[in-house]
Amino acid sequence: MALPVPSRKMTTIESAYLLEVVKGLVLTISHVIKNIFDPDHFRTIEYPDMKKPMAVRYRGAHRLLTRPDGKVKCVACMCCPTVCPAKCITIIAGEDPDDPAEKFPVEFDIDMLRCIYCGFCVEACPKDAIRMDTRIYEINAYTRQDMVHNKSYMVNLMEGKKPEAEDVYRANPSTAPAGYTFDEKPIP
Amino acid sequence: MSMEEVLPVLVVLAKCVFAVAFVMQIVPLLIWAERKGSAYIQDRPGPNRAHILGIRAGGHVHSLTDVVKLIMKEDIVPGHVNWFYWFIAPVVAMTIALSTFVVVPFGDYLTIMGHKIDLRVSEIDGGLLYVLAMTSLGVYGIMLAGWASNNKFSLLGGLRSSAQMVSYELAMGLSAAVIFLMAGSVSLRDIVDAQIVGWAPNGTFLNWNVFSVPGAIAFVLFWTAAFAETNRTPFDLPEGEAELVAGYHTEYSSLRFALFFMAEYANMIVAAAVTTTLFFGGFSTGLPFVDGAFLREHADLVLAVIGLGAVPPLLAFSAIAWKRRNRDFYKALSADDIRHREPRFFAALWGGLAVVHLGLGVAGLAGIPTSVLGVELGGDLVALAVHMTAFSLKVLFGCWFFIWVRWTIVRFRYDQLMNLGWKRMLPLALANLFLAALWIIVKETMLA
Repeated sequence: MALPVPSRKMTTIESAYLLEVVKGLVLTISHVIKNIFDPDHFRTIEYPDMKKPMAVRYRGAHRLLTRPDGKVKCVACMCCPTVCPAKCITIIAGEDPDDPAEKFPVEFDIDMLRCIYCGFCVEACPKDAIRMDTRIYEINAYTRQDMVHNKSYMVNLMEGKKPEAEDVYRANPSTAPAGYTFDEKPIP
Repeated sequence: MSMEEVLPVLVVLAKCVFAVAFVMQIVPLLIWAERKGSAYIQDRPGPNRAHILGIRAGGHVHSLTDVVKLIMKEDIVPGHVNWFYWFIAPVVAMTIALSTFVVVPFGDYLTIMGHKIDLRVSEIDGGLLYVLAMTSLGVYGIMLAGWASNNKFSLLGGLRSSAQMVSYELAMGLSAAVIFLMAGSVSLRDIVDAQIVGWAPNGTFLNWNVFSVPGAIAFVLFWTAAFAETNRTPFDLPEGEAELVAGYHTEYSSLRFALFFMAEYANMIVAAAVTTTLFFGGFSTGLPFVDGAFLREHADLVLAVIGLGAVPPLLAFSAIAWKRRNRDFYKALSADDIRHREPRFFAALWGGLAVVHLGLGVAGLAGIPTSVLGVELGGDLVALAVHMTAFSLKVLFGCWFFIWVRWTIVRFRYDQLMNLGWKRMLPLALANLFLAALWIIVKETMLA
């Protein structure tokens, strides 16, 4: 049912319409003139060339962290696939021949088409082996198979790049989330 | 055949080509202005992605890609259309839009080999009557398309369009009649000449019809009716997409749609040209004492003033274009991005134009037009250039006004449209006609 709209009787000048049209034209041309002389103030971000600065704690693509000796931190405890609400993480565990007390992921796949970027895997991880601090949001591929990120991809995701969130946290540790441990092996 | 026999034919052909080219060249410009203007009104940057070799030209490249797209698209002929009328409808719309322009004068005269050539395509004396007749015919393209498309929405669009055009034609014709009375002629050339002379010095803008009381009222009425005649917002009910999908051109695709699209813009240009001629002095410059005779007599001086006067603004444009390298956008691009050329290109373009104008100015100071081309031809060419520029600027402003209004005012409801046309504009136009008659009598008795 339509709600009653309070109506107002137009004044004579308003119902003559012409003055109101002129007022509208003045308003629109003022925007045009302002935009011609100051084309940099648009809110529009010209996306592929310019990018919006992402929030410090933005959850982007996952990366796997490594120990100083280069092995992944992950011990294949299966916490993340258990907690994952989208069931997108597949881990195949194996015995580490150098250290029989530890397991390690032979394969660690995340199906990015299923992932809902909730961050539960990061919170569940007891070894701080997975993080979503890359701020990479352009996750795309030509095939469904390529959308599954595997272990080596996630380990090397930030190759040569320093995660910016890490920098912010290092500079001002109070901004870091509770329980955050700094990457032991900062990527050069 | 001797040159004497061939020349008139060539002149007519050249003028025909010019009339078509004038309208068709403004069309892509208007499509660009529609996009960029609407964007700037709504605080968006507008089209700026497509580029040729890094030159984006502020979105002009998009018009070019549009043409390619429309040519390459599949031309779908629905099975249920009345095919003969369906095929000729866009042709009718476009032909009528283009042929209306032929009586509009765009300069006074040009003397070639002793022949005085009137600068309008057709030298018929009933020019204004021809314009009114052709704009009335314009509804046929839309009506035929709506009827032949053989579906409810297109038919409603065509129906609305014809009702709207019939209603507004009356106010339009009565406003034009005011100009008949004031000029004492229906030839558009006579109407322009009548606006050059008057109580103010020859050529002053105060002599234009719009600067008299009945003329101003007639202008507002005529201009409003022109919006309805060209089916532009706020009177674009024939294609009210919220109600009628796309109205009369729903079933058209590819180049057939492009013809309707171009006809709409061509109609705008013609409406702006006719309004310019009737109310804004046509090709007259609007400057005191600067009429055709003055331009011919002082051709060298005029050229020098134009040439040297244009140099500072062009250099300023060049500097602005050069400074645009420092925009955030260019800083965000990678160093080898091809689009870094653009500010340099435009700085060079404006700078080059400044040099050309400097050359023109120096040529004017040196007296080149009259000494090299001869007094007659040199004067004629300078006068033609000035008149054409004045006319084009007025027409372009009129076209911009159409776009400006479109992005300012919302669409009328159908009953409001009819109320405005029949209950307000028609009585006002009739009253204005009496006022104009009275005005002329008073003016003549005062002068006598």
